[in-house]
Amino acid sequence: MTAALAIKNLSLAFGGLKAVSDFSLALPPGGLYGLIGPNGAGKTTVFNLLTGVYKPDTGSVELVGKRIDGNKPNQIARAGMARTFQNIRLFGELSVIDNVRTAAGVRTKSGLFRTLLRTPLHVAEERAITQRCLELLDVLGITHRQDEQAKSLPYGDQRRLEIARALATEPKVLLLDEPVAGMNTQEKIQMRSLIQSLREQFGVSILLIEHDMGLVMDICEQITVIDHGVTIAVGSPKQVQDNPAVIEAYLGVPDAEDPIPRPTEPPQTDAPDAAEAKV
Amino acid sequence: MKSLQERVAALRPALPVTVGKSVLPFAVAILLAFVMDKVVGPMVGATWSKILLDVGIAILLAGSLNVVNGYAGQFSIGHAGFMLAGGYAAAWLTFYGSVHWFGTKETVGGFLGSGQLLFLAGCMLGGVIASIFGIVVGLPSLRLRGDYLAIVTLGFGEIVRVLGQITARQPKNVAAIKERSMGELANNLGGAEGFSQIPGYTTMFFVYFFAFLLLVLAYRLKYSSKGRALLAVRENEIAAEAMGIDTTKAKVVAFIFSAFFAGIGGSLYAHQVGALDPKELGFMKSIDLVIIVVIGGMGSITGVVLGATILVVLPEIFRQFADYRMIAYALALIIVMILRPQGIMGVKELWETSLWRRLVDKVRTRIRPLPKATAREPDKK
Repeated sequence: MTAALAIKNLSLAFGGLKAVSDFSLALPPGGLYGLIGPNGAGKTTVFNLLTGVYKPDTGSVELVGKRIDGNKPNQIARAGMARTFQNIRLFGELSVIDNVRTAAGVRTKSGLFRTLLRTPLHVAEERAITQRCLELLDVLGITHRQDEQAKSLPYGDQRRLEIARALATEPKVLLLDEPVAGMNTQEKIQMRSLIQSLREQFGVSILLIEHDMGLVMDICEQITVIDHGVTIAVGSPKQVQDNPAVIEAYLGVPDAEDPIPRPTEPPQTDAPDAAEAKV
Repeated sequence: MKSLQERVAALRPALPVTVGKSVLPFAVAILLAFVMDKVVGPMVGATWSKILLDVGIAILLAGSLNVVNGYAGQFSIGHAGFMLAGGYAAAWLTFYGSVHWFGTKETVGGFLGSGQLLFLAGCMLGGVIASIFGIVVGLPSLRLRGDYLAIVTLGFGEIVRVLGQITARQPKNVAAIKERSMGELANNLGGAEGFSQIPGYTTMFFVYFFAFLLLVLAYRLKYSSKGRALLAVRENEIAAEAMGIDTTKAKVVAFIFSAFFAGIGGSLYAHQVGALDPKELGFMKSIDLVIIVVIGGMGSITGVVLGATILVVLPEIFRQFADYRMIAYALALIIVMILRPQGIMGVKELWETSLWRRLVDKVRTRIRPLPKATAREPDKK
C-alpha cells in the first residue's frame, strides 16, 4: 500500500545552520504519527518544508504516491495536505464560518465568471460549502460561535477553528502543529478524543507536533524525535521513552557535571521576572 | 463526512431560483437606472442632476477601487491611471469613430441609438484597455505589499498621465480626421492640451446602470469563494496559501476586475466632462478615490456608496463658505477619522450592523407581531 505521506532524506540549511538533515518518515493511510523534540529542534521547519513554505535542499516528499516537494503551498494544499499553525493564523476579521468557507473554496470548480453570473453550479457549490462547513463546526464543537469574528474567540476555540479550517480543504494528510498548546486539562482531554476521531470521520492521516508528552505518548502509533534537525529516535512511544538519546536531548547528559546552573544565592523572587521566565 | 463535490449535484437550484439569483439583479439594475434617468433626474433639476452624475461615477470608481484596497488589502493609489487609460480608449473610439462613421463630432441618435451604442462599445473598450493595464500593475503586487506597493501604483498612475501628455495633437477638423484611419489616429490623444470635444453621451442611465452593475457584481464577489479568497489574502497571506488559495492569481484577478470598472468610470467621466485632461486625472484624483474608500470603510460596499455620496455632495453643500469650503471639507474628513478611524461602516455592510438588525426586527414585529406560543417556546424543552 502506498504511504499517505512518504518523506525521504529531507534536508534544509539556512546558511551554515543545518535546520533539518536527512529527515525521513512514512506515514501509512489512517496513521497517527508524532513528531517531538526540544524547543528549536526543527519540528515546525519540517512542517514548513512539507507544506512548501520552504523548498528543501535535498530529499523528496510524496503525497499518496505523487511528488509534491518544490511545489507552491497552494498547490500542495490542493494536492491534499492541510496544516494548522503553532502561532495561530486565522483570518481575524472574518467570521468563524467564513474562515472555514474560505478554505472549502479550494474544492470548487466555478471560476470568476460563474461567480459573477451566479450560475446553477456556483449556487450549488456555495450551498454545499455552507452545508459542509456547518457540519465541520459541529464536529469541532464551535457551532454556537459561527457568526463571531475569529479574532474575538477564546484561545481554545481558535485552535479548534484552525483544525476545522484545515479539514475544510478535504486533506488526505493533516499536519497539526501543537494543537493543545495553551489548553487546560479538560480541553486537552476533549481534543485528544477529537484528534483520534478525525481519522475515521475524515479518512485523514495525521502527523502531530506536540510538547504535551502525555498526549503524544497516548495517541501516537509511532514517534519521531528530532534534535538540532537530526532524527535521534524513531519508534513506538515505549521505545522512544526508553531511548537514552531522547532522554539526553530533553534532560541533558547524566554524567556531565550538573549542566543546570544552580543559583548560589537564594533566588530573587521578583514577581514580574518570574512570570516572564515561565513564558 | 461527504466531500464538497459529492454534495453539489443534490443542491443544484431549481430553474426559477437560478433565474432569480442570476438575472433578476441585472434587471433591477436596468430598471433603477431608468428610474434615475427618467424620474429622479428631471425631478431634482439640472444642478443636482449633475451632482448625481458625479455621485454615480464616484460610486463606480471607488467601488471598483474597494475590490483591490478593501477586499484584497492591496493598497493601490494609482486608480486614476486606469481611469485615464479607459477614458482615452473610449474617447478615441467615440470622437474619431463619430467623425468616420457618422460624419459629425456631435452626439448622434436617441436612446440606445447608433451614437449611444458606439459609446457603450467605447466604455467596454475602455474597460478592456484598463484591465490590460490592471494586469501590468497586478504583477508587481505579487512581490510587494503595503507602502512599497502603494509607491509602485503611484508610479503607475504618473506613467499613464505622462504617456497621455506626450501623445500627438488632436486634429479637430472633420475633413482632417477623415483623411486618416482609426489606427493612425490612435496616438492623437491631445497631448498636454488634453482630449477635448468628446461627444457628451454620458447620461444618468449609463452612469447608474454601470454603478448598479458594479454593486451587484461586487456583492456577488464578496459573498463567494473567489471573494473570500481575496479577503483571506488581506487577512493572512501565509494562511491563505496554506489553505490552497493561489494568492498570485487572486491579486491579479482583483486588479483586473477593479481596473475594468475604473476604465468604464473613466469613459463615463470623459463623456460627461467632454474633455480628458491628464493633469486632472493625476495623483490627486487617485487620492480622492482612496479617501472615499477609507471614509466609507475598507471592504464595505455600502460604506463606499455612503462615502462616495457624502464626499461628492459635501463640497456642494459647503459652497456657501466660498473660499473656505475646502477647509470645511478637510475638517469633516478629520472629524470622521478621529471619531471612526475604521470608516463609517468599518468592514461591515449595512445589513450586518447591529443597528440595522434591530431596525429590521422592530419593523418585522410591527408588521407581524410574534405569536405568544413562539415567545414561550423555550419552556417546552
